[in-house]
Amino acid sequence: MFVVAAIAVIVAMLLVLVRLYAGPTLYDRVLAVNVFGTHTVLLIGVVGFLTGRPDFLDIALLYALINFVGTIAVLKYFRYRAIGDVSASSVKREKAR
Amino acid sequence: MEAFITYTLFAMLVATALAAVQLNRLFAVVMLSGVFSLLSAVLFVVLDAPDVAFTEAAVGAGISTVLMLGTLALTSRTEKSSSRSSAIPLLVVIVTGIVLVYGTLDMPNFGSANTPANTHIAAQFIEKTPHQIDVPNIVTAILASYRGYDTLGEVVVVFTAGIGVLLLIGRLGRRGERQKQIGRGE
Repeated sequence: MFVVAAIAVIVAMLLVLVRLYAGPTLYDRVLAVNVFGTHTVLLIGVVGFLTGRPDFLDIALLYALINFVGTIAVLKYFRYRAIGDVSASSVKREKAR
Repeated sequence: MEAFITYTLFAMLVATALAAVQLNRLFAVVMLSGVFSLLSAVLFVVLDAPDVAFTEAAVGAGISTVLMLGTLALTSRTEKSSSRSSAIPLLVVIVTGIVLVYGTLDMPNFGSANTPANTHIAAQFIEKTPHQIDVPNIVTAILASYRGYDTLGEVVVVFTAGIGVLLLIGRLGRRGERQKQIGRGE
């Protein structure tokens, strides 16, 4: 059963890679990276159970966290065109829009 | 089954790298490099190196994607097309690759129990670390004590890279901010 799950996750990863390459908009690519991160979490879990050592689930949890924070960072870049401290003026500009 | 997963992941790694070379929209390339890091992190987990995988996921997929996006915010978003021929760089890369592959021919097979590392050194570390270093975690003892100079060198490299990035990007960013303020008449 885990073999089928692993193959399904890998096929899904390939489909996401195609979407990441083809684009066409930036949001497709952001979503593709986010979904790919989720698939890596799933794959680590499935491989752990496949080999009978589910100890690596902690790493899968860490990946889920990094994936979330990374997506937030990318979307913040979209919104404010900057990653670090968002200056008050750009927030004001955003509200005025 | 594990071998199948490993080979599929390696194939996806190669495909991602080729796609990153081919695309010239830099945002897509940054996203592809994030996926590249995630893939190699999964490979490290499958190959039983969870500590390396932790580092790769945190540094490769997390921090460096954000850093590259920050760089994109300061520079252009499309790649300049180069008119120079890429034959000589390609040749250099191929020769280097052949030399590296040749270098791996002498290495023992993956997972082999009869390697010198498994038969001599590992057993010695497991036996002697509790008396010599008095640190319960053997990996920590090796990193911080047995190869302390090596770790110190790594930290110096990271420190130097950080200073270089600060010199290049930090100043540029501040200048851009100042120009904006001048433009707004503040």
